[in-house]
Amino acid sequence: MTTTLTIVQAGPALTIQDRGRAGWLAQGLTKGGAADLVALYEGAALLGQSPDLAAIEMTGTGGTFTADADIRIALTGASMAANIDGEAIVWNASHLLPAGARLTIGGATTGTYGYLHIGGGITTEPLLGARASHLSAGLGAALKSGERLPVGADKGRGTGMQLPRDTRFDGGVVRVVASMQTDRFTAEERDRFTATQFARDPRANRMGVRMDHDGAGFHAEGGLTILSEVIVPGDIQITGDGAPFVLMGESQTTGGYPRIGTVIPRDLPRVAQAPAGTKITFEFVTLEQAILLETQHRRDIKALPGQLTALIRDPATIKNLLSYQLVGGMTSATDNPFEKDT
Amino acid sequence: MNQFPKIQTVGLNGILISFADTMSEPANRAALSFRAAIDAADWPEVSETSTSLVSTFLQVDLVTQPLDAMLTRLHDLLDTQDWYTAPLPSGRTLWHIPTVYGTDLAPQLEEAAGLAGLDPDAAISQLSQARVRVLTIGFAPGQPYMGELPENWDIPRQQALTKSVPAGALIVAIRQLIIFTNASPTGWRHIGQTAFKTFRPHSDSPFSLSPGDELCFPSVSRSAFDTIVATDTSGAGGAETEVLS
Repeated sequence: MTTTLTIVQAGPALTIQDRGRAGWLAQGLTKGGAADLVALYEGAALLGQSPDLAAIEMTGTGGTFTADADIRIALTGASMAANIDGEAIVWNASHLLPAGARLTIGGATTGTYGYLHIGGGITTEPLLGARASHLSAGLGAALKSGERLPVGADKGRGTGMQLPRDTRFDGGVVRVVASMQTDRFTAEERDRFTATQFARDPRANRMGVRMDHDGAGFHAEGGLTILSEVIVPGDIQITGDGAPFVLMGESQTTGGYPRIGTVIPRDLPRVAQAPAGTKITFEFVTLEQAILLETQHRRDIKALPGQLTALIRDPATIKNLLSYQLVGGMTSATDNPFEKDT
Repeated sequence: MNQFPKIQTVGLNGILISFADTMSEPANRAALSFRAAIDAADWPEVSETSTSLVSTFLQVDLVTQPLDAMLTRLHDLLDTQDWYTAPLPSGRTLWHIPTVYGTDLAPQLEEAAGLAGLDPDAAISQLSQARVRVLTIGFAPGQPYMGELPENWDIPRQQALTKSVPAGALIVAIRQLIIFTNASPTGWRHIGQTAFKTFRPHSDSPFSLSPGDELCFPSVSRSAFDTIVATDTSGAGGAETEVLS
């Protein structure tokens, strides 16, 4: 029998996300997928399963969930206050959600996008090769209270593992490579761009993130005559009012605003996760530096399973000690779910 | 020295080959033909290709694929012929899409005709005889930018946006036509209405049109259009197709 996860109460912006749907750029459909891909890999490492499985992306706040069988869950991305039947549980960790128990996930305390991963993944019917909702294209929809989602067969075992937090929720320096229209901006304008401290504007979503700053807007030479051109995730377009706008996975496929550069893929989660008002600066790196940084990042992603540690619990705070699986079923450090991925 | 075709990297995601910096029929032809040549070459490094109005994009993982080797092969391929006069790829589709011009369904026909220097009947006659090509697809899934119309249709966008035109709307500006995928605000003028769905996500062929396809928009009466709307379940909106060799 298929296990079902029921959304008892949905926060305002829950969607199913995976790594997105590639292959449709020429037809006007961008890849989309999770706003914070690193969180998808972390969830996969915590549950010892493929990063291709679909999870629930929660923007700003979560919801209340229950399942009709014991399931393993992992929580990654933006930290949110979470509990199972009133007992607080740790973020960036895996847990057992017993059949019928209530998982409650509240508002984000750091970051913007939190993720709920399920052992076996969410197995809604794929559409055009993926399960990810792409709201701007009209694929899928925000999840609603009362909705019931099928869960796949869970081939993994073990819970109670955690991963260290990184700094991608705190803003800071975002690295950028030159792109198609960078040379449309004068050297002075580019210097001013990298010397400016930006704050993430509240106007942000899965299509793009606007950056606020004090002072004059940025302008390309002949900015209004640029032909509409292909967009890749991370492109920083300068809109009519001179504000930079970092384009995310669910943007349009083409756009006519000039682009001053492209955020490198490993720093895109930093842009996505920065809460409104968080300080961000941009720094140009060469293509060679970007390739080195990205190569290192991919190595780090592959090594995530080696970063797992057991959650340390104080037995005095555990009311139902006997229901916990204390030793068995640890995720194997040698069985790396990402190996097949290369 | 002519700076085109121009090759540039796009983030760490790929390589762009631009054939011009303004829209022209030969440069669009070059982009479509060069994309077809890349697809035919089937290089393992290229995971996906697309075209904009006058450029071809190759999705390549620049983190793992050596750029210099790719650039050499691209230059070699570019040198094999004059892409601006290349024949368009074969196997494209010619579409005939029934269209109601004007009426309350498409209220800006008269205004657009005036800007094109025609009375409404002459405008309908010219538009329903025009044959346009899908120059590129973008903005919304499956949404075609088609051209080029005769020069008298080089009319500007409106200063103010129309709040919303419906899916299937045929709209015009700058010698180009668009069929809207979804209801949306626009600065282009709404001159015709079709029952054609450009994006059918639950169908076996979710995207109706491909870049390079050609289209005609024959004028039909309001009653013929109403019959199509009442009976069509496929989303084709009464369109007929033939294969271009």
